[in-house]
Amino acid sequence: MSMFDGFKFRSVNSSVHKMDPRAKFIYVCVMFAVAVMFSQIIPLLVLLIIQMPLVFAARVQKEWLRSMKGAAGFAIIIFLMNVFSLYFYGNYESLSAIVERSFALTLRFMVLIESFSVFFLTTSPDLLGLALEQSRVPYELCFAFTTAVRFVPVLAEEAQTIMDAQKARGLELEGGSFIKKIRNYIPILIPLIVNAIRRSLELAETMESRAWGATQNRTNLYVLRMGRKDFLLMLFSFAMLVVSVYVSLNVQIPNIIYLLNI
Amino acid sequence: MIRIQDVFFSYPNGVEALKGVSLEIQDGEFLAIMGQNGAGKTTLVKHINGLLKPTKGTVTVDEADTTKVSVATLAKKVGFVFQNPDHQLFSETVEEEISFALRNFGFSESAIKERVNWALNLLDLAEYRKVSPFMLSGGERKRVALASVLAWDPKIVILDEPTIGQDSQQKERLRQFILQLNHLGKTVIIVTHDVEFVAECKPQVVLMSQGKVIAQGSAEKVLTNLEVVTQASVVLPQISQLFANLKDIGFPTEVIDVNEATDILLGRLGDSR
Ligand SMILES: Nc1ncnc2c1ncn2[C@@H]1O[C@H](COP(=O)(O)OP(=O)(O)O)[C@@H](O)[C@H]1O
Ligand SMILES: [Mg+2]
Repeated sequence: MSMFDGFKFRSVNSSVHKMDPRAKFIYVCVMFAVAVMFSQIIPLLVLLIIQMPLVFAARVQKEWLRSMKGAAGFAIIIFLMNVFSLYFYGNYESLSAIVERSFALTLRFMVLIESFSVFFLTTSPDLLGLALEQSRVPYELCFAFTTAVRFVPVLAEEAQTIMDAQKARGLELEGGSFIKKIRNYIPILIPLIVNAIRRSLELAETMESRAWGATQNRTNLYVLRMGRKDFLLMLFSFAMLVVSVYVSLNVQIPNIIYLLNI
Repeated sequence: MIRIQDVFFSYPNGVEALKGVSLEIQDGEFLAIMGQNGAGKTTLVKHINGLLKPTKGTVTVDEADTTKVSVATLAKKVGFVFQNPDHQLFSETVEEEISFALRNFGFSESAIKERVNWALNLLDLAEYRKVSPFMLSGGERKRVALASVLAWDPKIVILDEPTIGQDSQQKERLRQFILQLNHLGKTVIIVTHDVEFVAECKPQVVLMSQGKVIAQGSAEKVLTNLEVVTQASVVLPQISQLFANLKDIGFPTEVIDVNEATDILLGRLGDSR
């Protein structure tokens, strides 16, 4: 089980899943912008917590936790790198200030991971493709996008089978020099690529035999329409943006160390 | 000898594929593992060469616990031919494909040459020696995959779904070949849901359903037992269906062989004539 499972679409019947991907996309963009705007613990902590109701409403807590756990390893590296570089290259007066700032920057990473995770966990590739299409992206591109996304798990499964088949013929994947390690992957990559090409050719044939691309103006069975919840989410995102800009320009955000000293 | 003791296995995603399987397979035995798709057949045989390790229970091959030796070590004894040859073919020529495993196992160059020739002839592939495996037909690719495993002469040979995608002539050749391997003293394990093929081979049969072994014994006994066969969502061989229908007028039911069936029917016809 890897952290990527925390970013893989999970079909749940929830209102967050039913939301328009475009609205969710705006939300993710705002989250991104706001997270980059601040570098103090308090606002970033607020950002981390403020998203949780969305996670619970979507009933993807378990998967979301997995993405957070998976990101924890990176978070530790980011934290240490920050402490290290701030200590040697920054001009901070105390170690606690350095630690606080590094912690805040790590928190920023977690906020970004959290919002991406929510987006990808709750947005089906189909709806995403539809959203692209309705944003006037050429249909061929949308189709390529959704197909690629759909085939990722298939490819991962196939890679596992190929690895098993070559291991059963005595291939040892662990150990050896760097060059040897790369050489070891040739027997896995070639069948994987050959099969992927074969499959895409087959897919193209079966699609053409079902009249793919026959009409210029395709219509869709489902059409995305923004609903009340989508407008609410966008309103919320917009409000977040306005408040954040205001706060970051006009409010002096206190440091935790400073608060503790009082 | 292969000893599988009370093995449970769950995949990382939580699917419990084996729920307490116990099985002993003697040296030189010819065994068919049967059952519907998803019964756990592939999962079970992957335990024999150590690709999968039991979540609970033990698997030993010639007294060696599979959790204590590497797949490469076990593979030398246990040849495993995967269902789809396209999951393993990658070399430029058939010859190189067959020597891949031999190089992994550290055979000497002269031994490799000798073994490759032997395997090419065994599977009737000599004319394709310098041909790319990707240029061959499906049946030929399957034979290359088979040759690439048999080349190192493993004492146990596992074939996962060997009959899928094979025409009847290829199946018959495969059957002859499997019997030949078994006569050479190898333990042969085939995984399949092709009842007619098994009825023609007449191996020992293990029936699986939902991660458990629900019956085992000779092909005649197991494949004519309507109850367990139905439970495993397998159908009776056509010959056995015929004899099951004729049971009420005094025909035997444990018949899976066409020649045996012919004799019985001719005998009856003779009586009434
Ligand atoms: N790599 C895997 N990850 C998760 N589940 C799997 C995997 N491989 C097989 N399974 C599941 O395990 C069960 C047994 O599968 P398998 O052993 O392949 O059955 P069979 O070979 O009898 O068709 C099935 O329910 C299947 O979906
Ligand atoms: Mg299988």
